Amino acid sequence: MLNALDNLMLQKIADLHEIPQGAYNIRKNGEGIQRNTTENIDIVPKKDRPGIDIVVKPHTKGESVYIPVIVTEEGVTDVVYNTFEIGEFSDVEIIAGCGIHNSGQHKSEHDGIHEFFINKGARMKYTEKHYGQGEGAGQRVLNPKTIIHAQEDTVIELELIQIMGIDDTVRDTEIQLAKGAKLIVTERLLTNMEQKAASNITVELLGEDSSAQIISRSVAQGKSEQTYYFDLVGRNKCKGHIQCDAIIMDDAVIISTPKISAHHSDAQLVHEAAIGKLESMQLIKLMSLGLTEKEAEDTILKGFLK
Amino acid sequence: MLELKKVSLSVEGARRVDILNNIDLQLLDKKIYAITGPNGSGKSSLARIIMGIAQPTSGSIIFNGDDITHMDIAQRAHLGIGYAFQSPPRFKGIKVRDVLSLAMSGNEKEEKICDLLYSVGLCSQEYLDRDMDASLSGGEIKRIEIATILARNLKMAVFDEPEAGIDLWSFQRLAETFKEMHEKTNTTIVIISHQERILELADEILLIANGSITKNIPKEEILKKGFVDNLCACAENCGKVGEKYAKCIG
Repeated sequence: MLNALDNLMLQKIADLHEIPQGAYNIRKNGEGIQRNTTENIDIVPKKDRPGIDIVVKPHTKGESVYIPVIVTEEGVTDVVYNTFEIGEFSDVEIIAGCGIHNSGQHKSEHDGIHEFFINKGARMKYTEKHYGQGEGAGQRVLNPKTIIHAQEDTVIELELIQIMGIDDTVRDTEIQLAKGAKLIVTERLLTNMEQKAASNITVELLGEDSSAQIISRSVAQGKSEQTYYFDLVGRNKCKGHIQCDAIIMDDAVIISTPKISAHHSDAQLVHEAAIGKLESMQLIKLMSLGLTEKEAEDTILKGFLK
Repeated sequence: MLELKKVSLSVEGARRVDILNNIDLQLLDKKIYAITGPNGSGKSSLARIIMGIAQPTSGSIIFNGDDITHMDIAQRAHLGIGYAFQSPPRFKGIKVRDVLSLAMSGNEKEEKICDLLYSVGLCSQEYLDRDMDASLSGGEIKRIEIATILARNLKMAVFDEPEAGIDLWSFQRLAETFKEMHEKTNTTIVIISHQERILELADEILLIANGSITKNIPKEEILKKGFVDNLCACAENCGKVGEKYAKCIG
């Protein structure tokens, strides 16, 4: 059912070289095409709108769920609503991601709306990788929306990566953390040519001793534009840290707005944001080890976005 | 052998500043040269010109018979020239292991990388997977910088103030590293330094003041009792006044 192109896209977005073990749902051009469930993880198609419900039983440990989406046709607009119920004290990894191959003249777009209910004491690592390719003039567009409701003492790690080939993206992320909940978000973004990317992350630290760390690293090349708006809202005794680092090249534009909002006297919130070009000393050091200027540049950028 | 022929370096700005003036210099194989002189005398500029980081305004540079004046940094690196920064750059997301591996042209064996770190007094278990970023102290990054030079089979290694920033590592250890490099390899070692222990290692000390080599001091002179002591004490006292400094050993 999966052809060579599909397999390539799955490799790019989910490091999948074969059909995964355990629970998965593969969506292609707006339709679910393969699915598997396990004793602990159920995946049920929604009845009222496109999308699936993913239900992880309490105390499920060490299992993963793959939910990749691939778009290989032009002119596709795929909107999908996925809901995740992560059971109490479970520990799971969710690998999402979307790859668009558009060789045509018309836009292909995937808008994934993911809502997570993370129950008490659960740990979740969520990886979302975006990738685009294809020679046509048709735009490759991805607009993910991620909403997370994290209950007491949960640990959530989000890894959001977009390295290549997406012409336009608006990424909205809204997270609420209850007492003792811990969040780490790492975002990696590279744009080039005339691509546009916007990332808006709002984290509300509602519960006592909740904590959040957002680490964003990006590279803007060509005439691309990136816009960041990060807001940490402390409504209790909590800790939050935003760190945005961007490398700007060529004629690119980067606008970064880190915001911290404290509504409690014991909220400790920090933001750091830096935009700068590649450091010439870094290039010189690597060239003095024998790398060409281009190789040195690639090595620095690859490390920065790792 | 590396030869500088009438090498000058000037910077054009609101007014022209001459940094190096007509330097004539021969650096022979397997020798240790120490370059010393007051701040702003042109020591680092000379080192940067050897590596190709700065291009001379006039003059030529000959390396083992080839004119390398217009070669870029990477080309000179491939010929076997290396340069240790006074203030090495840091890298986000690049590990100590990655940089040492690049220095060894990717032919590294884990064991060799560990040996390198050990030779600069760092525990490999602790450092291999550390990022080369601001989490490393000035002393740590400096030692790793020296390891990137030891990693390469160089014909010429230039160290720009290797002792600067190494506060916890004894100069004795640093001096031993140079000694060992000198004994085990054929590398020509050029060290910019003010430190007595380093100067004493040299076969020749080049004293630079106001962009010119004002004195070549041979080994026999260096080894005379109290010579380096006096030179170092004098350098401290004279500060930035180049001419006066030159008179110290006059």
